[in-house]
This record gives sequence, structure tokens and C-alpha cells, in this order.
Amino acid sequence: MVQKKINLKNKVLKYFPLILLYFSVLNEFDFDVANIGLLSFNLPFIIIFYWSLKDPDQIGNGLIFFSGILNDVTLGYPIGVSSFIYLTIIAFASYLRNITLRPNIYKDSLVFLVAILFANSVNSLILSFVFSIEINYFEIIANITFTFLLYFLFARIFNYLKPIGL
Amino acid sequence: MASGRDDFIIAVRSAFLKKSNKQQFSLLALIIFSIILIFLSNLNFVGIKYLKTGINEATYRISALVSYPEKKINDTIIFFSDYFNAYKENQNLKIKIDKLNNNNLNYIYLENENKRLKEIVGENTSISEGIISRVLIDKDGKFLKSIILNKGSKDGIKIGMVVLEKNYLVGQIIEVNYTTSRAILISDLNSNIPVVIEPGSFQSILSGSGKDYGLIKYSKKELNLDDNSIVYTSGSGGNFRAGVPIGKINDQIENLAVQFFSDLSQLSYVKIQSIEVKGD
Repeated sequence: MVQKKINLKNKVLKYFPLILLYFSVLNEFDFDVANIGLLSFNLPFIIIFYWSLKDPDQIGNGLIFFSGILNDVTLGYPIGVSSFIYLTIIAFASYLRNITLRPNIYKDSLVFLVAILFANSVNSLILSFVFSIEINYFEIIANITFTFLLYFLFARIFNYLKPIGL
Repeated sequence: MASGRDDFIIAVRSAFLKKSNKQQFSLLALIIFSIILIFLSNLNFVGIKYLKTGINEATYRISALVSYPEKKINDTIIFFSDYFNAYKENQNLKIKIDKLNNNNLNYIYLENENKRLKEIVGENTSISEGIISRVLIDKDGKFLKSIILNKGSKDGIKIGMVVLEKNYLVGQIIEVNYTTSRAILISDLNSNIPVVIEPGSFQSILSGSGKDYGLIKYSKKELNLDDNSIVYTSGSGGNFRAGVPIGKINDQIENLAVQFFSDLSQLSYVKIQSIEVKGD
């Protein structure tokens, strides 16, 4: 009985990043509880970047690609846009992993900032020029800022969770 | 120098092509596949349409379930905030009821007169009874303000039908699946509605601002509007029935801003209506 409980706990911990990614994609987690205004952040970006950097086997590229498809459906975007954006985030994380000898949170976060700036720029370009969707740029800049700032917090939480069972 | 460039190329190549034992697909293959999907989406390829409809059906239901806890937290906060404002609101409502009772008498007279005049002009607007629908998901994304409704083509929903809340316009159907549909909200940047502003009967276009209010655009250069002028649909273009209230002008938010009558972030149930205008 105790063994079963431990197994279940281990399984939940093992799939935690994947569950969190799909939860945030389906929920489009933007922290708009109680109308805090512009306080919104992109949790999928943080999850994808962190786990692609630290442990790419934890969430497969195919599953991230599929989560992008679900995100497009949830938000009503043209199919394939979010998948492409998520894959660019993985590309940045993979490149950083390949060139890094001594990991450092500040260096990681700097590349993360470049990655989300690039991803959001590409996203805006595709949506506005290819699909003629009008965009509120101010909201996107606010989203990028909060996503970047919260990367430190989430990276710390994920760092703490890693030795437990992930 | 050459070594640095080689290192860069090796790192990039490794990032795009290398896959570990547990990875099924290389990054490059998936990127190419997603570009193909975007390209086909842009061309409105039939296969993509069916794929999207299929995924929509499942995803909307799951997404509604996943969003349930957050929705409940929001509802609880709003409940408590309403509770603490109850007394003040009650006093205001009493004053409003008095005013409305007076207006109601005028309204009945004007409605009958309007009917009679339309018969003379020969315009016959047929409005469906309306289908009550529950809002499954009301998350507004950074790029699109829309809601998912639990009624689809099997209930007779069609693209272009209007979405109302308490008889106020809130949006229009833009995507229909078998059991669900998506409506774009009037606050979305891509929403443009022909409107008339009363008093004065100024014809204009109401555009979404991406926030919780709209903006009057493409109107005459000088509009003499009161701060409480009411914005109604004008019926131009035939997409909307004329005279559906949308909101009132509120210059305190922004110049020519329209404060909507409905709170678009708190939609639970809406009415979907089709409008057919048959004129001579």
C-alpha cells in the first residue's frame, strides 16, 4: 500500500512539467484573477524553456508541438502558429545547453529574454501580416516583462522540485 | 576566429538535428511541419479545417474543465465584492427603477409607432427567438478576445449570428463546430460594428480597443456628443438588427470611448440570435 502511494507520487512528480504545460495551455493561464490589470505572463514559455534547457527528455518535442496545437485551438489562432513559436523557444534553449559549461541563472534568463522577445515578435508578425489580426502591442510588452521577471521565481521552484523526483 | 564559427555551427546543428533516445522527432522536422501547417491554414486548406473542427470539439470541453477552478475563484471574489457593495447598490437601484418606470411608458408608445412605420416603409425584419447558450471558456488571449459557447451547428448556430447578453450586444459568431462555437467579442481589436449614436443619429463604426471598452471610429470630423450618449447598432450592412444597445459614450476613459453595458469578462449565459432583413 505504502509502495503504491510512493509509486503514484513518483509518477505525478515525473510528469509534473508535462501536466503543468498542458494545464497552462488549456487554461491559457494569464493570472488575470481579480482584474489585476496588465499582470499577465506566459507560463508555457517558462516551462518549455526551463525543461528544454535542464532536462530535454522530460517533455518531448512532439508533446510540446502538440501543446502548441491545443493552444491555437483554445485561443482561436490559426493552427501551427503556437507550435512554431514553442519550437523556437526550444531552439534557443537547446543552443544555450550546447554552449554552456557552467549553468548560471542570470545567463539563462538573459537568453530566455532574447528567446521570448524573438518568439513574440515572430508571433506578432505571423498574426498581423499573414492572418491580418490586429494586435495590442502594449499588452504584449507587459506580458514579456512579467514572463521574464517570473522566470527567476519559477526556475527556483523547478530547481527545488528536481531533486525530489523529477 | 574560424574555430569560434565552427563551434557556433556545431551548436546550432546539434540544437536542430540531434535528438536524444527519448525524443521521437528532431526539432528541425517539427519546425518544418509547423510551417507547413501555418501555410495550409493561411490557404484555408480543407484538411486543416476538418482537423481544427475535430480538435476543437475535444479541446473546448477539456479546456472548460481545466479552467473551472480559476473561474470559481473569480466568481467567489466577485461574490464577496458584490456582497459588501449591496447596500449602496440597492439605493442606486431604487432611483433607477423609478426612472425606468417613467421611461417604460414612452417606450411602449415608441415601439408601436416604430412597428407601424416599418410596415409603411416595407421593411420586414425577422428575428429568431434566440438560443440560450452557456459560456464554456471566456479567457481573453493577448491577440484575440473571444468566448466559446456550448451550442454548435447541431443546435442551428451559424456564422454571423449575433450574441446578446440581457439584450445588449456582446459579440458575433465566427466559428461553428458540431456542439460548440466561438464568438468574437465587441472589445476585440478586429471587431468593427456599424453603429448609430443617439441623440443626434450620428452614423459611425464602433471598433474594439482590445481592452474592456470600444472606440468610435470613422465618424464625421466633429461629433457633438454628450458624455452619456447611447450607442446602438445601426443595422447597416445587414449583419446586425438596428437598435440593439451596446454602450454609452464615456470620454473619461478616452476620447470617444464607449463603455459597454455588459461586463464582457463576466459572461455566463448569452443569447444567440439570427437576423434576417427583408426589404423592398
